[in-house]
Amino acid sequence: MTELASQSKELITLVRSTTINHARSVDDLLERPQKVVAEHVDFFYGEHQALHDVSLSIPANCVTALIGPSGCGKSTFLRCINRMNDMIEGARLEGEILLDEIDIYRARTDVVELRKRVGMVFQKSNPFPKSIYDNVAYGPKVAGVRKRSELDEIVEKCLRRAALWEEVSGRLNESALQLSGGQQQRLCIARALATDPDVLLMDEPASALDPKSTARIEDLIFELKDSYTIVIVTHNMQQAARVSDQTAFFYEGRLVEIGATTDMFTKPRQRKTEDYITGRFG
Amino acid sequence: MSLASRGRPYAKAASAAFAYVCALCAFASVAILVVLLWQMCRFAWGWLDWQFLTSFDSLLSPQKAGVKAALVGSLYLISLTALFSVPVGVGAAVYLEEYAQRSRWRGFVQTNIANLAGVPSIVYGILGLGLFVRGMKLGAGVLAGALTLSLVVLPIVILASQEALRAVPASIRQASFALGATKWQTIWHQLLPAAMPGIMTGVILAISRALGEAAPLVAIGAAGFVMFLPAGVNDRFTALPLQIYNWTENADEQYQFHVAAAGIIVLLAMLICLNAAAVYLRYRFGRRIRW
Ligand SMILES: Nc1ncnc2c1ncn2[C@@H]1O[C@H](COP(=O)(O)OP(=O)(O)O)[C@@H](O)[C@H]1O
Ligand SMILES: [Mg+2]
Repeated sequence: MTELASQSKELITLVRSTTINHARSVDDLLERPQKVVAEHVDFFYGEHQALHDVSLSIPANCVTALIGPSGCGKSTFLRCINRMNDMIEGARLEGEILLDEIDIYRARTDVVELRKRVGMVFQKSNPFPKSIYDNVAYGPKVAGVRKRSELDEIVEKCLRRAALWEEVSGRLNESALQLSGGQQQRLCIARALATDPDVLLMDEPASALDPKSTARIEDLIFELKDSYTIVIVTHNMQQAARVSDQTAFFYEGRLVEIGATTDMFTKPRQRKTEDYITGRFG
Repeated sequence: MSLASRGRPYAKAASAAFAYVCALCAFASVAILVVLLWQMCRFAWGWLDWQFLTSFDSLLSPQKAGVKAALVGSLYLISLTALFSVPVGVGAAVYLEEYAQRSRWRGFVQTNIANLAGVPSIVYGILGLGLFVRGMKLGAGVLAGALTLSLVVLPIVILASQEALRAVPASIRQASFALGATKWQTIWHQLLPAAMPGIMTGVILAISRALGEAAPLVAIGAAGFVMFLPAGVNDRFTALPLQIYNWTENADEQYQFHVAAAGIIVLLAMLICLNAAAVYLRYRFGRRIRW
């Protein structure tokens, strides 16, 4: 047996053992309403084209993983979904991205409203230099929630959902910067949940964390997918295999292949995909 | 003997000599300062007392002369200066950093603010004379003085605030926008609080500058001798540097040396307090906010 084939087999075993319990079936993916649909998306940073004709759809209440080598446009695509790229001077998008069948790039879109519906967790945890409470309450506050009791309720609910409540309930008024890296990232997840989004975008949320914190984040993603549509960027193949229902493989700004995670990792259709997931390059 | 080993003793000696010269420079500047301070304290000894702090100036007797009018005038002046220059300066900084598009116009404004910081303060004094004292007919009162000093310190406040805003990490902006905050909310709830220690430090340095300025006040025609406290913003006033200058001009050596020195100690004490506050702020917030 060649080395590649044995690697491949190992990974397939891993995927089988870890995804079978959690992953949604292919039929399930197809039956669900499509939450986010990208149609022929081209994206430019000034002259540089970072995405070429990307079309894909993201079913509701599923975890979609975006994988691919560094610089292939995963983060760029992710930021297109909540229009965070708008902040970059000279950035431009052609094509359409539909959220619940409405084009978020049409002129009438309220970007502030959009970002409340599409939450985001960044690669490097970035809590505000404020208390734990104020971090979580910030989203609802800027959205106009003023009542203390209501805010208290949201803060507790979101911290519980982010599996952080037990650890911080006694010290909500302490600085968020005192938390450990893993706790800070879960706080950022709680903060993103506080605006009550439908979609949660995560850009390599565990790449800076130790294995134990990573496992906690992954567990959390399982629990959250019943309530949210999750899109996660990861460069970690095992992570994609463990947490996602659907995987999209990007290469040099193009979408090479998308499919149910179980299929992608066991019988990829494209040679390029197979090379990548078996670790031939990346 | 090889070239390298021949060079080495010489290089070593040169290096030691250079370090020695540098140490001497450092020592000399501190020594001059210490001698000056020592001299001032000696002159002021016995003159700087409660009577000095609570009396008006006197033309008749140096023993009866006091710094009351100048002290109150200076406090009045720097409070008003802060009141004018902080909102305008911080507002300008927010505009330049957060709203202005990168354009030639912005570059032009930016360069000129940096240049304005280097303009001699007497020039602002003449501008103040033309604009506030004569143009707006404010007279040489506290208001005209504070407005003129605001012009002097505005570039300092703007530049310090810009720097403080720029130092807020991009990740904070992104996090705020990603939560559906508007630009205004992001500036108000995140950027300004995070930049506040830096802004405050800049403001305090600007205030110390305003406290020590005499030239622009001379130019607008502020008084050197005043026997009353300003009651309203258009009342005539004097300030510490002006009062001190006025005393040193007196033919009587007791005014020239002792009364002036007592005034200088008061001014220095206020400056030290302001600088200590700046250091404290930097220390306190520098430790609390870690990125
Ligand atoms: N802010 C930016 N300005 C200009 N080019 C960018 C910017 N961000 C990313 N790019 C470029 O776009 C391409 C895709 O980057 P990115 O989406 O970050 O890749 P990935 O997340 O897959 O590593 C890269 O070539 C990168 O250099
Ligand atoms: Mg990336």
